[in-house]
Amino acid sequence: MSGGHLGNHAHLHVPGATPVHRLAPEAALVGLVAFAVAVALTPRTYVAAFAVDAAVLAGVIALARLSPALVLRRLVVIVPFLAVAAVLPFVGGGDQASVAGVEVSRDGLWAAWGIVAKAVLGATASIVFSATNRLPEVLTALTRLRVPPTLAAIVSSMLRSLDLVADQLRRMRTAMVARAHDPRWLWQARPIATSMGTVFVRSYERGERTHAAMVARGYSGTMPDLGDRGATAAEWVAALVPAAVAAAALVVHLTGTGG
Amino acid sequence: MKAGETAGSADEIVVDDVRFGYPGAPRAVLDGLSLTVPAGERLAVLGPNGSGKTTFALHLNGLLTPERGTVAVGGLTLGPDTLDEVRRRVGLVFQDPDDQLFLHTVADDVAFGPANLGWDRTSRDAAVADALAAVGASDLAPRTSHHLSGGEKRRAALATVLSMAPRVLVLDEPTSGLDPRGRRELAELLDTRPETQVIVTHDLPFALAVCPRAVVLDEGRIVADAPTVDLLRDAERLGRHGLELPYGYAPPAATPGQAGG
Repeated sequence: MSGGHLGNHAHLHVPGATPVHRLAPEAALVGLVAFAVAVALTPRTYVAAFAVDAAVLAGVIALARLSPALVLRRLVVIVPFLAVAAVLPFVGGGDQASVAGVEVSRDGLWAAWGIVAKAVLGATASIVFSATNRLPEVLTALTRLRVPPTLAAIVSSMLRSLDLVADQLRRMRTAMVARAHDPRWLWQARPIATSMGTVFVRSYERGERTHAAMVARGYSGTMPDLGDRGATAAEWVAALVPAAVAAAALVVHLTGTGG
Repeated sequence: MKAGETAGSADEIVVDDVRFGYPGAPRAVLDGLSLTVPAGERLAVLGPNGSGKTTFALHLNGLLTPERGTVAVGGLTLGPDTLDEVRRRVGLVFQDPDDQLFLHTVADDVAFGPANLGWDRTSRDAAVADALAAVGASDLAPRTSHHLSGGEKRRAALATVLSMAPRVLVLDEPTSGLDPRGRRELAELLDTRPETQVIVTHDLPFALAVCPRAVVLDEGRIVADAPTVDLLRDAERLGRHGLELPYGYAPPAATPGQAGG
């Protein structure tokens, strides 16, 4: 028995009872999107605004009691974007600046900075969201945010089925390997293609059985709302604080440079 | 008593001369199947693979409609008008719990039936808590079903129908995928349930442990109806209908007093 194991998609979730965890997922989701938009709209030269955004995020991470090491580890997913950004100073045109004796493009450097800053802030905010919200609750939240319930239901059961299909593929692969299947060349791909076909048929049959099991429990085509509760006004306000601060930092800079 | 119910019927399930064939199949899966189950009884429906046991189970919940004959539950004959009520009365547990547990958390899956019935949140929460407690799985509520053990999945699947407060439980091969301990725990659990139970299985020792009465399904109809222990002692008759006791297993020598009730 796998005591306490929370499943494949739950691996992003870090259990906790902090105010950030308790926030209704739909409020948190809207707060995340608003924050990301505010960050994306901030011109890359407003370095101080990015500092404010980073400070707000740090505050949320502390409030959620997430370990900074965990957040940094999960940030690894944006490395490919950083690699692209790292090229820009060397390929950009315009003014040249000298950094540690190497001639680089000033525009390219700013462009790289903009990508890095926005990617890190946006990704960090998403990491905090995924660590403090369970996926099923997020899916219910989508329904409350007026995403068609059928669509949310499809996504939900698809994610659940993915686990089963992946399991099935793994078992079939093991069974093939156990019979000395060791594909190295393209013409050996046939068993893999066949097994994909088999998995497709089995998944289809499973879909039919799952549907029967749903109908047996009174399902009539509309997914009932199993959600806990809607977000309160206070939760909406709290969720939008980071975005509001980011927007304020942006506005202060705009008026500051404009005046 | 609701419209359509017949008065004075002590039989919870009445299946009368049901015939059913899948479209395109050369012959009927069920052909002239008749069966009555008194309220509160636990009945084993025995038969080898392919004998139509699952098809029969799907009829009890109205998932399949007979070509001929009728199915009645609690005096309510299955038909388009009574379908919803019959589905509320009959909890059908499928063979593979993975088919039944399709949401992310066990609690959501257990709440699915009550939510379909339109129960409000308070009564739904109570139903979920009661159902999980009844199967000894209260701690599973927040878990993802994918990583439960076979026994835990089986109990969770049972809870998904118990939460709808059914009068009848229909279990399709409930012991498939269970280890011996899981089987024993399930047998003990079913023993405590007051609902009328129809247990479709080819696991003969399990049938004996849970059900005093058993019927054998073969060629689409009931070919034997007797106390389970008597059936199990008649190896020759079992063999005629494709059933066998597990190697090394011997049924009890005498009919216990309570059997046949």
